[in-house]
Amino acid sequence: MPAIEASASPAVELINVSRRFLTPDGKSMTAIRDFNMSVARGEFVAVVGPTGCGKSTTLNLVTGLARPSSGEVRLFGGPVDGIDPRIGFAFQTDALFPWRSVIDNVVAGPLFRGKPREEAYAKAREWLARVHLSGHESKYPHQLSGGMRKRVSLAQTFINEPQILLMDEPFSALDVQTRVIMHDVLLGLWSEAKASVIFVTHDLEEAIALADKVYVLTAGPATVKSVYPVALPRPRVVAEIRYQEDFIALSRTIWDDLRDEVERGAARDEAVAA
Amino acid sequence: MTDIALTADTTFRPGTSDAEIEAAAAKAARNRRRTVLFWRWVILFVLLGGWEAGARLGIIDEFFFSRPSAIWERLVDWVVNGTSEGPLWLHLWVTMEEALVGFALGSVTGIVVGIALGRNRMLSDIFSIYIKLINSVPRVVLAPIFIMIFGLGLASKVALAFVMVFFVVFANAFQGVREADRNLMANAQILGAKGWQLTRSVVIPSAMSWIFASLHVSFGFAIIGAIVGEFVGSRHGIGLLINIAKGTFDAAGMYAAIVVIMIVALAAEYLMTLVENRLATWRPAPLHDTQ
Repeated sequence: MPAIEASASPAVELINVSRRFLTPDGKSMTAIRDFNMSVARGEFVAVVGPTGCGKSTTLNLVTGLARPSSGEVRLFGGPVDGIDPRIGFAFQTDALFPWRSVIDNVVAGPLFRGKPREEAYAKAREWLARVHLSGHESKYPHQLSGGMRKRVSLAQTFINEPQILLMDEPFSALDVQTRVIMHDVLLGLWSEAKASVIFVTHDLEEAIALADKVYVLTAGPATVKSVYPVALPRPRVVAEIRYQEDFIALSRTIWDDLRDEVERGAARDEAVAA
Repeated sequence: MTDIALTADTTFRPGTSDAEIEAAAAKAARNRRRTVLFWRWVILFVLLGGWEAGARLGIIDEFFFSRPSAIWERLVDWVVNGTSEGPLWLHLWVTMEEALVGFALGSVTGIVVGIALGRNRMLSDIFSIYIKLINSVPRVVLAPIFIMIFGLGLASKVALAFVMVFFVVFANAFQGVREADRNLMANAQILGAKGWQLTRSVVIPSAMSWIFASLHVSFGFAIIGAIVGEFVGSRHGIGLLINIAKGTFDAAGMYAAIVVIMIVALAAEYLMTLVENRLATWRPAPLHDTQ
């Protein structure tokens, strides 16, 4: 019964995935090795690890922008073939089109996908209202603050109603106050959209506050070191949750685990530099 | 958002109102503009006046260098009575036509080929060597060949203007495409852009500032192409006027023709900037604008 099988399969699966790069001088470099991960439907997974360990590479494998050197990536039980339309991606840096106004940025996805103009614009206005940006439609990205640009990005991503949402340190460029606000915006949108999320970050508190499950990666080449379920109840208020006892306990446990890798990564970087 | 760029020695007493600060800033800006204008005119007068005086006193040889008043008289004469070869407007129009047609063809072809090769690694690897080869030929030496092939009329000058413009625009369009932000490309692809959509919505807009930079330069090149073509062989055009003036040792005529070209090139530059600003409303305004 393939139909039942398909509906039971997780949203994203990485099975024994490795990814090697060719460096400019022709050498082969392993970014991730024997990587296993499974994201259930509607699950929010955070991935933490030392800097430069290959976190972003895992996301690129899921989008189909990059292919694994060995192993298999599956989306809803099927193989990844090119860029999957069910995927949305939030970038670390600003990825808005600077030459398009706010509304034209948000409407880009539906128009690319062949929606009629009026329908697409109506939907874009609806999404802008949802991220509290009504009235800013005709501004250009450079006229907005960092937090506002992030909200435009989220609207641009969510308007395509992705079933899988990949986020690559999306809030790392924001100041701390704005970031906390964006966390709540994101959790609000996510709880409505019921998407599966992979959220890559180097900020452990952010990971715990948002996710159902935290993956800790080893220093590169990256592989999964351990997985921690986060049992904190939802809905969560990110600004407050960080002061709860169980949050602090969990964050200490994970940090003890992560610290070894961070130190190992730093030692390796110094060895390379020396 | 201009920083209130008050001069360093202005500090305000506590309790100065915003209106006063704004008035002071506006005044400072006005003064600055006035100073800039003043010195611009001073330099022009000193240069032209020195030239005129030098020529009249015999320090500058009028035979070779003419003098501003003679050039001015010649310009007025050309405008009112026409040149020895017919009306000035005819010559100007012929040169402009050659330059404009060459510029239009050269820039459109340059943009199209630049984007095509910029988007296709294989094609660019194959053709890059030939483009380098042809690009290494000094364009001016092609003038006699084009005159031989296309004759004394419009076509030979258009061809020369075309090759002058094409390579500049091509190189910039190509580079602009290659510099397109990879994050933006990835974002557009994940949002659903495919093939031509990606080119139209990300590649071309991000290459646009490169292309415009090249258009500014290359209109000047188109005029060079037209005039050099006219030197080598033509029946009309500003280049012909210069050539005839040279034949009769008429320095004033040569300088007058140069002035005409200067005015045309400046006007074209101005128009181009207008168009560019129109197309680039999305860019942040420059912080200081003293113009």
